[in-house]
Amino acid sequence: MTAVENHAGSNVRAGAALSFDRTQMVFPDGTEAVREVSFSVERGEFVTIVGPSGCGKSTLLKIASGLLEPTGGSVAVDRDRLGYVFQDATLLPWRTVLGNVELLAELHGIEKSERRRLALDAIDTVGLSGFVDHYPRSLSGGMRMRASLARTLTLKPPVFLFDEPFGAVDEITREHLNEETQRLFQQEGFAGLFITHSISEAVFMSTRVLVMSARPGRIVAEYEVPFDYPRIPELRFDPEFGRLSGEISHALRGSHS
Amino acid sequence: MTTIENQTTATEPRDDDAPRPIDRPSLAHRLTGSIVPPLVLGAFVLLGWYGVSYLLLDPKRRFLLKPPHEVLQQGFLEWSTFSEMLSGLWSSTKVAMIGLVIAIAIGFVLATIMSQARTIERAVFPYMVTLQAIPILAIVPLISFWWGTGQRSRVIVCVIIALFPIIVNTLFGLQSAERGMHDLFTLHHASRVTRLRKLMFPAALPAIFAGLRISAGLSVIGAIVGDFFFGRGDVGIGQLLRRYSSQLMGEELLAAVIMSSALGVTVFLTFGWIQNVAIGKWHETSGGRL
Repeated sequence: MTAVENHAGSNVRAGAALSFDRTQMVFPDGTEAVREVSFSVERGEFVTIVGPSGCGKSTLLKIASGLLEPTGGSVAVDRDRLGYVFQDATLLPWRTVLGNVELLAELHGIEKSERRRLALDAIDTVGLSGFVDHYPRSLSGGMRMRASLARTLTLKPPVFLFDEPFGAVDEITREHLNEETQRLFQQEGFAGLFITHSISEAVFMSTRVLVMSARPGRIVAEYEVPFDYPRIPELRFDPEFGRLSGEISHALRGSHS
Repeated sequence: MTTIENQTTATEPRDDDAPRPIDRPSLAHRLTGSIVPPLVLGAFVLLGWYGVSYLLLDPKRRFLLKPPHEVLQQGFLEWSTFSEMLSGLWSSTKVAMIGLVIAIAIGFVLATIMSQARTIERAVFPYMVTLQAIPILAIVPLISFWWGTGQRSRVIVCVIIALFPIIVNTLFGLQSAERGMHDLFTLHHASRVTRLRKLMFPAALPAIFAGLRISAGLSVIGAIVGDFFFGRGDVGIGQLLRRYSSQLMGEELLAAVIMSSALGVTVFLTFGWIQNVAIGKWHETSGGRL
């Protein structure tokens, strides 16, 4: 474990793609969501934060993306092409899959033929090629999430934030999406920060897992995940996988009380 | 290693939940389901009508409700009467549509401005409600006092009566885009205009169409009421209704009522159809159904 509670010296590494430095968030109603959180994510790292519901995990992403201004400390990240996948797929119902995936490139002023190419590429990457002309209402939950992933991929973001994106899909779909996410991570080499309360999802995809305490959220434990990429589905039955999951689960319980 | 490569290059989605088909009952099923019951009820209504004309009313008072076939004969098959009603309907339709278009233009602009600033919304809304609360009959004398009894005054009646649903529905629609979608636009530095054009306006379309259907119907009522009370200028269906009633022309009066209703239904269906063409592909509720 690194010295995450070392307040005196900043443990933020230079050159990190995303770093929180003693970040604090107190909402106007007095709720303290995040207390003195410091960690950083480098390019080529996939960091997952697990924690109980309502511990301020999502708040961290909102701070990182600039949707929320922290009340204390700071966060350093290049927000120009920030990837952010929400809890819901947030697809525009009046656009087809293609139109939705093109949206971000459109907002960034990328020229039409180029954004079409980027979108088709991304759609292919997430395996939705046959559904380019479908409207969101005719897609399943898992497919909507894929479209949402593809939309973010078009930006080729150096930093990729995931806010519990697979929380609403069934277990099997979630495992498929986990496998694809780690493959995307391997392919694109972004700096990933993933929020979840599923331990197996965290261990399966990440290079590092941080455990957050109940409100006010603090980082209470940190685990390096030793497995190589690409990770195969069978990894989930590896004894080492189980042991690590158990340790994290234990730390999570400890953080609750 | 290789196993993963093979697996992940597959392009087929591997979700177990397949895309959801959209339910469409068969044509025959829809016919029996939605056309037969109203036809049967209609037959009973006609039977009841005959009953009232022949059994309830004695011959001296039968002019109060002529039997259906006489209404058909006098009102619809007599060309001079029928063409008079058609041109009256056309005149009223024009008034209603001009009023509606003006109401849409004003309503859109007002709702868009209100959606951009809460303060403006709060300032304007009470007056909109007040305007809406004035019974249209109370405002008709005022309109003729200010603008006379011509075509223009009829259009103004239509605008006043049709404006409120357009504003309320458009505003509600503009505010209906989900928080997450707004966040998405915020994250990617979308300008106010882009947000309005690519997010708020398309999100508002279903509500706008709902408002449009209500307003179109109200606008027709406004045109008829205006014509009925002002009673001058181009002869609309309102003036015809008044004349037929004062001259005790029962058959023609009933025929004109039926025609007015048919106009209302046509307008309702037309706007439902437009709604279906415009947003039916992505929006669940279908328009154009009675």
